[in-house]
Amino acid sequence: MAIDMTQFHQVFFEESFENLALMEAGLLSLAEGADDPEIINTIFRGAHSIKGGSSTFGFSEIADFTHVLESLLDEMRAGNRPITEEAIELLLGSVDLLGRLLEASNKGETTSLLNVNTQLEKLAEFQNKPAKVQVDEPPPSSPFSHGQAQSTTTEDTVNIGWHIVFHPLLHMMRAGNDPLSILKALEQLGALRVTCDYARLPRLSELNPEETHLSWDLRLEGACDRNELAEVFDWVEDDCDLVIMPMFSMPSNDIKEAIVESDRGEKIADASALLASINTPASKKSEGVASSIRVETQKIDSLINMIGELVITQSMLEAIGENFTFERLGKLQEGLEQLKRHTSDLHEGVMRVRMLPVSFAFNRFPRMVHDMSAKLGKKIVLEMSGIDTEVDKTVIEKMTDPLVHLIRNSLDHGLEMPVERLQAGKSETGYIRLNAYQKGGNVVIDIDDDGRGLDKVSIFEKALQKGLVSADQYLSDEEINELIFHPGFTTTDAANDLSGRGVGMDVVRRNINELGGSIQITSIEGEGCSVSMSLPLSLAIMDGQIVRIGNESYIIPILSIIESIQPNTSNLSRLAGKGEAYKLREEFIPIIRVNELFGIPHEITQPLNDGLLVIVEGDGRLCALLVDELLGQKQVVIKSLEENYQRVEGISGATILGDGSVGLIMDIPGVIGLAGQGRGLRMSA
Amino acid sequence: MATILAVDDSTSIRQMVSFILKQEGYEVLDASDGIEALQIAENRQVDLVLTDLNMPQMDGIALIKALRSFPSYQHTPLLMLTTETSSEKKQQGREAGATGWIVKPFDPEQLVSVIGKILG
Repeated sequence: MAIDMTQFHQVFFEESFENLALMEAGLLSLAEGADDPEIINTIFRGAHSIKGGSSTFGFSEIADFTHVLESLLDEMRAGNRPITEEAIELLLGSVDLLGRLLEASNKGETTSLLNVNTQLEKLAEFQNKPAKVQVDEPPPSSPFSHGQAQSTTTEDTVNIGWHIVFHPLLHMMRAGNDPLSILKALEQLGALRVTCDYARLPRLSELNPEETHLSWDLRLEGACDRNELAEVFDWVEDDCDLVIMPMFSMPSNDIKEAIVESDRGEKIADASALLASINTPASKKSEGVASSIRVETQKIDSLINMIGELVITQSMLEAIGENFTFERLGKLQEGLEQLKRHTSDLHEGVMRVRMLPVSFAFNRFPRMVHDMSAKLGKKIVLEMSGIDTEVDKTVIEKMTDPLVHLIRNSLDHGLEMPVERLQAGKSETGYIRLNAYQKGGNVVIDIDDDGRGLDKVSIFEKALQKGLVSADQYLSDEEINELIFHPGFTTTDAANDLSGRGVGMDVVRRNINELGGSIQITSIEGEGCSVSMSLPLSLAIMDGQIVRIGNESYIIPILSIIESIQPNTSNLSRLAGKGEAYKLREEFIPIIRVNELFGIPHEITQPLNDGLLVIVEGDGRLCALLVDELLGQKQVVIKSLEENYQRVEGISGATILGDGSVGLIMDIPGVIGLAGQGRGLRMSA
Repeated sequence: MATILAVDDSTSIRQMVSFILKQEGYEVLDASDGIEALQIAENRQVDLVLTDLNMPQMDGIALIKALRSFPSYQHTPLLMLTTETSSEKKQQGREAGATGWIVKPFDPEQLVSVIGKILG
């Protein structure tokens, strides 16, 4: 039977990674002193499942490694081994390695660089056994192969046939075994002569049909070996009296040779498999790992419901259209309205399929905090809330790196050493809080800590050194906080292996901006630091305000818009060296003439009366975009400009408008940056 | 054709077992733990149960014990899928009323032939 086992690999990898996450979470809660037997059971089951799957799907290296891990966990589960800190660290390390092994196997890469043996030795050492025993231990063998070694070493004879006396005990059928199926199985092995012994059969009136009273004398002719026979009786060996005798045997070399040959055959097969695995990585890599997503059935059900509604609406519209009269216009409009509603529901439903809880990104952090605080000698608790908040899969993937960076910063720079904290009158243990929640069309992630906060004085001094500010400049707290987003800005002179060299916050901000999000930082010196990231829920769809500039339509993301105003000429002013500005409620907001920025032929030049100002915010900065007209709001499907054309500064993508024309979507932080370059609008200036 | 209930907390193993057995023409129901399996088996008489041992909520041994206590499952073949080669587990299974076992890893042929034999 040819069954392509690779079709199950993806599911196997996915569930294995889930199991690893469970194992890790369990180990971490054990590390925190949790004392619940179910935790170690869960960890054990995780290892057990991975072992079972990997051996079934042919990832023997993973199976062998997990086997060692599993037996250690089994001892702990049984209470035969204390769960020490050392053990937890060792197990965490093993979980990591297992993750890398799985990843490598998933990508079809070689695992030879992963130092599996080193970890195995560590595990073996921990188990107080010589390393060799563990390393050389054969993988769990299949049930029917374990006897093979026996037969090749102990029996040099060929059995032409077997004489079997099979006497089931009374209760044999109670476990669901049937003597008849055993006889049938024997028949498959060769010519079978059956003699039934019914001497013990009771009288019919006394017969209990659930008991076995018959026994058999069997003669099987055929070149099957003892193992094949043993296999047939494997399940009932305790439920019957069984004698198996070779009926006829003679020494022979043929079979021995056959065995040797098959041994060699196997080895050759192994070697070619090895060769194949060495030769394939390159080609496999290019295929990439198929990415799949697990969707709750509930979501799919609701999609199917929506389709149902859509079909009803469609047939209703069809009926109206068949003999349309003007009186039915109302009905038609009603139907179209319904169609619109269903389409947008369906749209939302489909988008929801791609949504994953943020816990997918958050799950790695407990481990990270655990490891790093141990390394740094700090005491830190990580609290996470809102982990069920759902975000588009792509957003999750892209927000992970910035988050890692921010948490590292908190761990490394923000939170103080225990002694320092005590001196500052704080509790010895610091906290980092991660909180995710939805706000409008965005997901907001707050990262708070109660560390020392940003050191404004040294930030200012550093900025001075780098010539970003001048000594006589007065900067507000927000402006100082903004400085750390400047490329290459760092207050730590020595790079360390934790947070790196300060090529940090600017990259974080850039990544978040690329996602169409924003990031803000607030800090109180001595009390802590809060970073708030706001990201779109989805990258594929967006609420946009369509505006006209000259003869072109542009889309401004609604989320960036603060308000739109008809400018009053008296509030216009021209600031020396800073271009035009508009005074709105005692605040001067720089004006960006989008037509000039994008080179659009345009009639309105001066004054601004005929145009409108759209006040937008990007990266915490306000700007007023000069446009001709607001054309309406619309949900737009974002098409990548990079994929279809090329990257354009200030434009984040494109969409197809209702009339079929292309509308470009403005990247507000990009536009502000672009305008600033030309005019020295920068914050630091 | 016979109906088989496959019980395993691992989706990949469950999918594989179902796939192989369905190809052979069996009707296959599946469950991810003992509790779910019991519910299915109570509602519908199946001809064979193939269960993993280590599962959350209710493990394979407990499932076999529970099934054997139902009058309608007195003689139904109950097989366990196990990675343990130790006879201890097998013994436990046998005491619980398991008909037999299949040791993981197994290949499709093995699974089909074992099941074919027992279902006649």
